[in-house]
Amino acid sequence: MLTLTSPHDTWAHRLPAAPKMVALALWTVALFSLNTLPPLLAATTATGALILSGGLPFARTSALMLRPLWPFVLIVALWQGWLGDPTWGAAPILRLITAVAAANFVTMTTRLSDMITILTTLARPLASLGLPPRRLALALALVLRFIPVMLHQMQTIHTAFRARSHRRPGWRVMVPTLLAALDDADHVAEALRARGGTG
Amino acid sequence: MEKNLTLIALFAALIAALGLLPAMMLPGGVPITAQSLGIMLCGTVLGSRRGALAVLLFLLIVALGLPILSGGRGGIGVFFGPSVGFLIGFPIAAFVAGLVVERLKAPILVSAGLGAVLGGMVVLYPIGAVGWALILGKTLPEVGIFLLGFLPGDLIKCALAALITRAIGQMRPGVLLSRD
Repeated sequence: MLTLTSPHDTWAHRLPAAPKMVALALWTVALFSLNTLPPLLAATTATGALILSGGLPFARTSALMLRPLWPFVLIVALWQGWLGDPTWGAAPILRLITAVAAANFVTMTTRLSDMITILTTLARPLASLGLPPRRLALALALVLRFIPVMLHQMQTIHTAFRARSHRRPGWRVMVPTLLAALDDADHVAEALRARGGTG
Repeated sequence: MEKNLTLIALFAALIAALGLLPAMMLPGGVPITAQSLGIMLCGTVLGSRRGALAVLLFLLIVALGLPILSGGRGGIGVFFGPSVGFLIGFPIAAFVAGLVVERLKAPILVSAGLGAVLGGMVVLYPIGAVGWALILGKTLPEVGIFLLGFLPGDLIKCALAALITRAIGQMRPGVLLSRD
């Protein structure tokens, strides 16, 4: 399964994950405490420079990841403009874009395995509440494996439906897909039990 | 134990798989995705506690950086974006939907439908609206208007959640943990 980690190797890929996460948290807190345009503009420029330091292909991917934000930008800008705000809501828009871009930067420069290591470390206190980190890691691995399996089953059932009918199956693929997936899950549970349980 | 863990993982994967299906555009340009159907099903099929756990597991994987949120979004960034209210509301929505199915001893079609409406709309909308309002710097009545755009699509999804939950209950009764 494809992750969002960027294949364009940057200097930030080589930094350990934990300090990057801490820096992101601090940066975001700082962003949400800024309310006027000039400091926000500076923050956006700084984040942009950070992203550009990873090279042009990296910056292009990171710009593409911001695309889902544009409807919100449009709504805020039109609304604020209509209310007579001369800046057209530039401050909240800049804050939004900068916060999301900075977080994406950390995501794009950190490998999934490093993220999971941080997670199991952070989850250690949960062991006393009945959730050992090993079980959490097992659940994560199971989900990552189930996603492509389920998509494949959905595709197969969709194709089978189309072969028999000229109508589009729509939601009708849901129940057979789920039943097949549930039977798979049964086998996985049995296999886990046979190998000594979930620990 | 093993069965619960695999079912929770399976439903977390179901939310992801549904989010990867292409979105339909409602008139007015509001994208409707099947992802929230997955959230509702987690509650109505797995019950309150396990349903919420499945959604939390899904969110954890989003945060780890997999592009499994509808529209191919993912990573830590989405938790700073306008959808953060909905992300926080998702596990609560699944919990409420599950609670209704567990407590309301009506036919499964009725209680699952009602649970989906209560969890996936009545509880989720206000939490999502607060997130929008905070991130975009708007007032609640202003964002409320945009929420209305989701109404028709979500009602269809609630009906589907009820039908699918009943079908699973009939064909694999052991899986309907909400009615154990």
